[in-house]
Amino acid sequence: MPTLANYLLVSGLLFSIGLSAVLLRRNILIIFMGLELMLSASNLSLVAFSRFHLDLEGMPNYNAQVLVFFIITVAAAEVAVGLAIIVALYRAKQTTHVEDLNSLKF
Amino acid sequence: MSTLTAPWIILFTPLVAAALILLFGRYSKPLSAGLAIGSAATGAFLSWWLFFQPLGTEVAPWYWMDFGPEFQIGIGLTVDRLSKVMLLVVTTIATIVFTYSLGYMKTEEGYWRYFAGLALFLFSMLGIVLADNFVMMFIFWELVGVSSYILIGHYYTKASAADASKQAFVVNRVGDFGFLLGILFLWSATGTILFSQIIANAPYLSEQPILLAVACVLVFCGTVGKSAQLPLHVWLPNSMEGPTPVSSLLHAATMVAAGVYMLARIFPLLAESLLALGVISWVGGLTCFAAALMATQQNDIKRILAYSTISQLGYMVMGIGVAPTSDVAMFHLFTHACFKCLLFLCAGSVIIGMHHEQDIWKMGALKNKMPMTFLTMLVGALALAGCVFFSGYYSKDIIIEWAVVRHPFLGWLSVATAGLTAFYAFRLIFVVFLGKPRSEHAKHAGESPLVMTLPLLLLAIPSFIAGWPVVQNVFFTIEHPEDYPHILHPILYAMFILGTGGAYLLYRNAEKDPISIPLFANRLYIDAAYGWFIKNVQDAGASALAWSDRWVVDLLIVQVPSKVTWAFGFVLRFLQIGNIQAYAFFFGAGVVGLLYLLLSR
Amino acid sequence: MQLALFWIFSILMLLFALGVVFFRSPVNSAMCLVMSFVALAALFVTLDAYFIGVVQVLVYAGAVMVLFLFIIMLLDLRSEENRRVKISAWVGGGLVVGGFVAALSHVLQSIPKLQAIKPDLSNPAVNDVAAVGVTLFRFFNLPLQIIGVLLLVATIGVVLLSKKELK
Repeated sequence: MPTLANYLLVSGLLFSIGLSAVLLRRNILIIFMGLELMLSASNLSLVAFSRFHLDLEGMPNYNAQVLVFFIITVAAAEVAVGLAIIVALYRAKQTTHVEDLNSLKF
Repeated sequence: MSTLTAPWIILFTPLVAAALILLFGRYSKPLSAGLAIGSAATGAFLSWWLFFQPLGTEVAPWYWMDFGPEFQIGIGLTVDRLSKVMLLVVTTIATIVFTYSLGYMKTEEGYWRYFAGLALFLFSMLGIVLADNFVMMFIFWELVGVSSYILIGHYYTKASAADASKQAFVVNRVGDFGFLLGILFLWSATGTILFSQIIANAPYLSEQPILLAVACVLVFCGTVGKSAQLPLHVWLPNSMEGPTPVSSLLHAATMVAAGVYMLARIFPLLAESLLALGVISWVGGLTCFAAALMATQQNDIKRILAYSTISQLGYMVMGIGVAPTSDVAMFHLFTHACFKCLLFLCAGSVIIGMHHEQDIWKMGALKNKMPMTFLTMLVGALALAGCVFFSGYYSKDIIIEWAVVRHPFLGWLSVATAGLTAFYAFRLIFVVFLGKPRSEHAKHAGESPLVMTLPLLLLAIPSFIAGWPVVQNVFFTIEHPEDYPHILHPILYAMFILGTGGAYLLYRNAEKDPISIPLFANRLYIDAAYGWFIKNVQDAGASALAWSDRWVVDLLIVQVPSKVTWAFGFVLRFLQIGNIQAYAFFFGAGVVGLLYLLLSR
Repeated sequence: MQLALFWIFSILMLLFALGVVFFRSPVNSAMCLVMSFVALAALFVTLDAYFIGVVQVLVYAGAVMVLFLFIIMLLDLRSEENRRVKISAWVGGGLVVGGFVAALSHVLQSIPKLQAIKPDLSNPAVNDVAAVGVTLFRFFNLPLQIIGVLLLVATIGVVLLSKKELK
């Protein structure tokens, strides 16, 4: 039987894989995918907590699941807007390589 | 008119007069003079009235700074025997001098400025007399110094007058530094600034003799400055640069006596400390002797009188130190105010008659040309020299008696000084009034107008009678010591005769000064010593401080932090690299670091 | 059985996530991400959160990833060229990630409450869509409406951002 610790460990590992995608890849779309991975990891840990902490009637705490719902919605909106920005950036700079986006350099 | 409001009126009328003169005086000369004389006369009238009322009490103070019952500084007035007598002296002599100024300053410039300064001075002096706490007295002490500065520098276009006024203020300030330290000592030791309460605490303070002695000596420093004792006497002769009525009022009768008055005010406290009394006596005694020596060789009529004032102030200060009550010194203050003021006003009359010539070796044979002045000046000189039946004799005599009993060395020194006093006083009389005229001005001198000679007459009367026991007992209670050597009185008579006779022989028909002692003529070289000190010690100190300011403060404290901050900013600028992933890396590293920090608790 | 299912789906999800990081071609990365999301939905189902699992597949795998693939095709990306790999960047990133994982495992082991096994539900045949719906509309109605407005704003923003300059 999986314990809460197992779920959290998996969630943490997923999060760190997303983090490494953000830190190590230089294509901006891949970085964006890493962000999605991180959000999903937090969704997993929220649902796990919702299932493992039962309220007084023995039912899961649905507030966390509502929060997950909201997170998924917001993530979808964020992806839409972010991709629109990437498209605009591509049109301006003709590149998706993140190291070429350094106009704010000293 | 009650005894509660009269002191406030006496105190504030001159201030109101000064303000009005300041605003309107330039348009009308008679107005300025009238306001000033009016305020002085009101004060004099009310002071005489107040004197004959039953013994007054302290007037309820008005609190200027009020931080709760533990810390209040107020303007309060003390009306007791001591202040009533001093009020009489100050206001009466002020009225007489103000009237005299009408004649003296008639042709001078800055008429309204002069009267405004005099009114301000009167206000400040009355504040000192009526003060009931140390802080108020100190404030008015400084105000008197300011008025003195304004009045000495009345002829401000003359460089010597400007320098003299500066010197007066600065030297006074040196004394006031010690005074302030003494006030703070006493304040912290007793927790109060009111004279009455400090004196009530005196028996407790006397259990710590060193503390009390130090505090008393520090407070005495104020007197050393204000009353021109050795070594801070150097400003008084130079203050003669001011108009003569100013010299007579401030620097003979009242302002310089404020130091002695202050000591009289806290006399019960001083009486607990024998060490402080000893210091006071020695300073007074040495001052009176040294100043008398210096006076014998001066050639300016006002400077002779200035050194004479210093010498007599030394008597007063010594009187505080040797007598069991302060009335002895106050008695001499009283008589000295009368005859010294008279002498100065006569000198002013002579100066006006000689068309502003002040060197006595250019005068002579003025006896017939200025008879009224001659007579009154003779009365003043007899009082100064201590001739029997004149006021000066009685007051000096009692001081010398006590001095001989308590500090024999100082006592006999003051006996010698009495002889010197007679000598230089009559040197002045003989050179100025007798002999042959020594210059054109002297040949054509004339008597001064009535507005100037009437005050002379008015002052000659108290110079004559103020010492007599009947008059004395109205104002003071004098005790004589029981066991002074009875040979003292004959020796004093002999000193008077010796001094007068010596002056007669040497100066009766002299064309120029037959004796010349450079040491005294150059004022014991004290002025030169101060000059050397300031040039070598103080200027060296000042340049050391300038060096330190340039190299330590400017460089180390100002430049270094600014350059260090700039360097930090320069280093931090390199963090702006524009690489998003690098930013994300730093962000993540920071979060992980924070996580470790939180987990390790 | 439950444990085995849990580990299978977890390992699948993590492997596909690693695929996202390490594939060169963006399309490959996107497909791996889709598979990762499906595995995640399976994990949600093991937690009795059926509604969330379905929403995950519908929204994330269905809509969001389709959008991603559209953009990849629009931008006509090729595989990343091999620019010079900075070893220092990889080491630094690896350190950060490793540090995080170490901290996480330390915490997980040190708290005993986390070692509890899944408690039983009082009503195993729960209709959790209804339950989530009730919670959502009764207690979180206002945030729901605001989310609606947020989506509207996002739509407008996207339209504005992708407009070409009209000649």
